Amino acid sequence: MSIRDQACVTGIGETRYTRETTRSQAELAFEAALAAIADAGLTPKDIDGVVPYVMGGVIAEDFVTNFGLPDLRYSALTPMGGASSVAALQNAALAVAGGLANHVLITLGRGALSTGRITDRIGQMPQFRLVGEFEMPMGTVAPAQFYAPMARRHMELYGTTSEQLGEIAVTFRKHAQLHDNAMMHKPMTLADHQASRMIADPLRLYDCCLESAGAAAVVISRADMARDLRQPPIYIGGVAEGHPDSPSTITQRPDICRIGLAKAAPKAFAMAGVTHQDIDVAEIYDCFTYIVLCQLEDMGFCAKGEGGAFVQGGRIALGGELPVNTHGGLLSQAHIAGMNHIVELTRQLRGQAGARQVANAEVGLVTGYGDLGDGSIAIMHK
Amino acid sequence: MNAPQYDKPLPDITPLTRPFWDGLRHHHLVLQTCGHCHKVRHYPRPVCDQCYSMDCEWVPGSGHGKLHSWTVNHHPFHFAFKRESPFVTVTVDLDEGVRMQAPLRGADARMLRIGMAVELIFEDVTPELTLPAFKLV
Repeated sequence: MSIRDQACVTGIGETRYTRETTRSQAELAFEAALAAIADAGLTPKDIDGVVPYVMGGVIAEDFVTNFGLPDLRYSALTPMGGASSVAALQNAALAVAGGLANHVLITLGRGALSTGRITDRIGQMPQFRLVGEFEMPMGTVAPAQFYAPMARRHMELYGTTSEQLGEIAVTFRKHAQLHDNAMMHKPMTLADHQASRMIADPLRLYDCCLESAGAAAVVISRADMARDLRQPPIYIGGVAEGHPDSPSTITQRPDICRIGLAKAAPKAFAMAGVTHQDIDVAEIYDCFTYIVLCQLEDMGFCAKGEGGAFVQGGRIALGGELPVNTHGGLLSQAHIAGMNHIVELTRQLRGQAGARQVANAEVGLVTGYGDLGDGSIAIMHK
Repeated sequence: MNAPQYDKPLPDITPLTRPFWDGLRHHHLVLQTCGHCHKVRHYPRPVCDQCYSMDCEWVPGSGHGKLHSWTVNHHPFHFAFKRESPFVTVTVDLDEGVRMQAPLRGADARMLRIGMAVELIFEDVTPELTLPAFKLV
């Protein structure tokens, strides 16, 4: 049995994305959830499954309390950091394909600086226990520092350059300028990227994502119930999660230039029955520019070591061979932990992306990347 | 005792990891090995992923290794590292087949290359805690 095409994205919702907020993560999540449910043409009474964000300050029962869900019969968590949202698609697709639920709500709300800096938050998380004991005491305390040695080794082995990473940042900024709900509209040139201060070499400020406040949500429905809803259904053709070797410390990983997505991607492509040439648009988790480059390689769009050349020359820009992060991504739209990537892919495949629309987008993919290398991927189509 | 209070993050040492930290305090590197198949494992953990034995032994490490990768920390992220930023952190392939990450002392990052030989040094930061660092050989 395969879950290919058994589940659809039927509703999407977002709040405004801002730098800070006085609202709670729960309020933001509820607003986005209500928008997603209405977008699908459903009411909260139709929701019978909930997969909230582990770190989002809400639990599934909060949706019973606030929305009066009459029969919540499926709930789960996907604790994979930035890979959680796309892993939740897998979880929800299984639930509806298996007959456990009809309409599963996936939500993600974040308070950004309003809920403390990332460095303070991750110190409390069990997946960072090893890093906490053996790396943080010597000054490696934040994601930029965890990932910088992966990028440095890639540069040393393959000749990847800071300018190639900059191409990613500049491209996503151009895309964000076409989105009215993007935090960063100010133009960025490659020279601006190169002039931005070094954070953790080789990662500069403009290689790092934003911190944002806001929420996004999607509704996943059983395919046979999706066809009569308000929006055209977007099918989940293939979906998978993957965990790297040594998932809780990059330092001990046999190959630090390879992440969990390398294991997941072949499974998702096989499930969906599509090839790389079929992908019209890709929304790729972009906490750092290097992570985009690494994922392009680990998914097989190019060989390991060729990511730097791959992103050059406009290939990943709107109008290019593989438009990536048409909404601006975490780097320039907002850091909604990749739920905004799922929303954008859905818009692209519905043909609702306005000025950012990829012509004739029929098949696309979205990835997640979390914690110290967890990966997730969904391949979706009209 | 008028020394300024130590304000950097402290390791949350457990009974499982105590021998490693006790070793550093005495300026020795000791590594956990499987009590059954003798595979070296770092960071310390309860189960051998090769033979699934939960027995372990602690053996001396050479403290010698080669550069696997590195970063230069410019933004400190934690206030206590501000006074020494920028500083270099290296990922090292120890001769025993596991890795360590620690600051590199006395070297300019621009001269670093993968495979360069390094040696472990010990930095006493409190009467109870010694942290690892490396220097180029």
